[in-house]
Amino acid sequence: MTKTLEGAEGLRSVPALLHRNATQFADAPAYREKEFGIWQSWTWSQALEEIEALALGMIDLGVAEGDFVAVIGRNRPRLYWAMMSAQMCGAIPVPLYNDAAAEEMAYTLGHCGAKYVVAGDQEQVDKVMEIQDQLPQFEEMIYLDPRGLRKYDHEKLRSYEQIQYNGRAKREMLVAEMNARIAKLDYDSTAVMLYTSGTTGNPKGVVLSNRNVIETSRTSSEFDGLRQTDDILAYLPMAWVGDFIFSVGQALWTGYCTNCPESPETMMTDLREIGPTYYFAPPRVFENQLTNVMIRMEDASPLKKRMFDHFMAHARKVGPDLLDGKPVGLMDRLKYKLGDLLVYGPLKNTLGFTRVRVGYTAGEAIGPEIFDFYRSLGINLKQLYGQTEATVYITAQPDGQVRSDTVGVVCPGVELKINDTGEVYYRSPGVFVEYYKNPESTADTKDAEGWVATGDAGFIEPDTGHLRIIDRAKDVGKMADGSLFAPKYVENKLKFYPNILEAVVFGNGRDECTAFINIDLTAVSNWAERNNIAYASYQELAGHPQVLATIQNHVEEVNRSVAEDEMLSGCQVHRFVVLHKELDADDGELTRTRKVRRKKIEEKFHDIITALYDGSEQISTVTEVTYEDGRKGAIKATLEIRHAMVQPVATRMAAE
Amino acid sequence: MLDQAEGYTTADGRRIGPVVMEMKNITLRFGGVEAIKDISFDIREGEIRAIIGPNGAGKSSMLNVISGFYVPQEGQVFYQGQPRPPMKPFQVARQGIARTFQNIALFEGMSVLDNVMTGRLTHMQTGLFWQSMWKGKAEQEETANREVAEKIIDFLEIQAIRKTPVARLPYGLKKRVELARALAAEPSLLLLDEPMAGMNVEEKEDMSRFILDVNDEFGTTIALIEHDMGVVMDLSDRVVVMDYGKKIGDGTPDEVRNNQDVIDAYLGVAHD
Repeated sequence: MTKTLEGAEGLRSVPALLHRNATQFADAPAYREKEFGIWQSWTWSQALEEIEALALGMIDLGVAEGDFVAVIGRNRPRLYWAMMSAQMCGAIPVPLYNDAAAEEMAYTLGHCGAKYVVAGDQEQVDKVMEIQDQLPQFEEMIYLDPRGLRKYDHEKLRSYEQIQYNGRAKREMLVAEMNARIAKLDYDSTAVMLYTSGTTGNPKGVVLSNRNVIETSRTSSEFDGLRQTDDILAYLPMAWVGDFIFSVGQALWTGYCTNCPESPETMMTDLREIGPTYYFAPPRVFENQLTNVMIRMEDASPLKKRMFDHFMAHARKVGPDLLDGKPVGLMDRLKYKLGDLLVYGPLKNTLGFTRVRVGYTAGEAIGPEIFDFYRSLGINLKQLYGQTEATVYITAQPDGQVRSDTVGVVCPGVELKINDTGEVYYRSPGVFVEYYKNPESTADTKDAEGWVATGDAGFIEPDTGHLRIIDRAKDVGKMADGSLFAPKYVENKLKFYPNILEAVVFGNGRDECTAFINIDLTAVSNWAERNNIAYASYQELAGHPQVLATIQNHVEEVNRSVAEDEMLSGCQVHRFVVLHKELDADDGELTRTRKVRRKKIEEKFHDIITALYDGSEQISTVTEVTYEDGRKGAIKATLEIRHAMVQPVATRMAAE
Repeated sequence: MLDQAEGYTTADGRRIGPVVMEMKNITLRFGGVEAIKDISFDIREGEIRAIIGPNGAGKSSMLNVISGFYVPQEGQVFYQGQPRPPMKPFQVARQGIARTFQNIALFEGMSVLDNVMTGRLTHMQTGLFWQSMWKGKAEQEETANREVAEKIIDFLEIQAIRKTPVARLPYGLKKRVELARALAAEPSLLLLDEPMAGMNVEEKEDMSRFILDVNDEFGTTIALIEHDMGVVMDLSDRVVVMDYGKKIGDGTPDEVRNNQDVIDAYLGVAHD
């Protein structure tokens, strides 16, 4: 049986890949998790034993083929195993966002009709229990961390250990059944269902087949030359397609090791301890890390600071060229070596990037300065462009062709086309099967020939073949005078400043652009501390005149930079307010992946937007907020409307 | 129901055992000042017992009598059925009693982990010889103790600050570290002196959660002093109310809440 599985032909399902790894890489580490201060690890053969035990226990519990098994929790090996166990039972795993509120969960659990839930801890168990009356199909819950759950009514509650124990005890009886179910899995059976974060409307359940997952994992692993000895750190939400592909798809295909942090707060320490060779992070994480580095350098001794500034300037000059293998002079090379010894090496070590061979960022545009900072240190950071419906990969940057303003060339096996309105379409083996129980949306997104609309506007550079994304197709608009309005372009420029966490630019169909700005509490509070500025709350700090003046400087600098771009010079920000609260996914202002929900923000803060355009000097407002436990409260604030200097608009406009 | 000697089961299914500590007619004087006047009450196994009262009511003195730090002039303390003689603090610790302090008393320059490890001191057997040899017995013991310390760190969710020097931590976290150190001793009776003093609402909620979890997971008997009435009423199984060194109420939170003397003490009535 193993003979056939070893050939590529036999590898037609996730469990089949797992079997191959347990034979071929039996003693190689497959999973690590830091627990009780120590990294615990499991080899591929141990992992298989654990996963089979759980799968057998699940069959014993009554999990049937075609059932949906929801998995909710932070990244832990046992939860990844739960997904694979579900697949072994012929069931479909549905990972959900662990920070979602109970009502959000009620929708997704109800929509797929999940009969079984694997919950990470008491918090997740509580949420599911709260909504279980709304879920007629719900049958049993399996929990991982027993803490605080001992007194709970165990009528519909089982511990993970108990299920595995049952599985091991009844192995003889059930193993034939399990193997029969695994054998039935083929390339077209469903591997997983993932809910999109839902920038608009309810989340949609994207059904991905084994073909989608395995083909994509195969081509992308080959594209980047991933190795069996690689290490990744799994810390992004399990419900996100990227995590599924990195920590399950590619991990199984290449057989590398998935490392899980001890807790979300220890992520940075764990990153340093593991030193991943293959690393993925959204731009926000890189931004935060850069902000932290800059803050710490501000506090460093003058000698250190001067050394840092000097060598970083050199790194910016030659670092990216060195990484791309372009010719660099001998003196520059020697100086870079010295810098590596004194600054870059220690800095990379502190960040946990010493061993990174392939690093990716995606999800949002990354500020060119941030991108170049990491590349100049010699970290092979690249961009990729993808979405859940494509099983991640649409385009990616090959080694040696990395630029901050494009998202790369089409991935192997992917076809791309741009329609007349500028929207990007693609077709690939990774194209999703369907939206679950939503044929209308499926038909809207995927046409009969298999082309899928991305919803993004962009163009392919004629000479290099690289794809450039301008903005979300529906967000790109026209100003009242007909010039192009691309809010994301301006927002990204604003967000590069460490003091600015989030920006939302308005102006579609209007004469002038205005903006909401969120300060970055880490950076601004550090600045306040160093300058002896006292504040009692986020709100007070955000309204401090000196903070407003600093932000105004940033906005004016961005205006100068925007004015240089002929097409987009109309997008300069004329007026702005610094918001009194941080935009938050709990209040529905951001998606769970922290993308701005423009519609929601426009509705919620309509009074402030009105004030931005009616010439008011300040605006008093009351904002509803949701606390982490779901309770609601309100914040009252009076915000000052600041006018920013704009550059005279380029000649093209005057000619019209 | 409370007088059942063998204990009882609470409404939420927790098992409350027999009396483990009994105070009989305790009177404590500092010179001419009577800090505690003829107070008697008991603490049952597995319960959360609160001592409340306005400022200067004698709560901290009472806790110090329980912990054996003060020896009362009159009355007797019975621990696990035996009358307790005056003892040194380390003897008290060996009896399985651990405490936290109103004004945090941690080793500021040491890391969180090291502080928690000091709580294991009473469980270390190896002498100076083996400790200086390090290999062998002492190493095994250190490993075993570290395991316990790590379980506590995990339990109180302070993994992220494991290696951080205590001096750099905010107040609320220091309180949690102190609780961790007390728990590391694996006490059978845990004394908490104003565990939520100076905390904001969120920190109080966290701390309450941890206190309940400790009681639930480890079955630790907890006696606590607290100012915040709301917290006390939610947490405790039974409450002793003190005022001017006297006991003015004793019972379940509901009984205490409706006690006229307690209402007077808290709302302020002219004492004649």
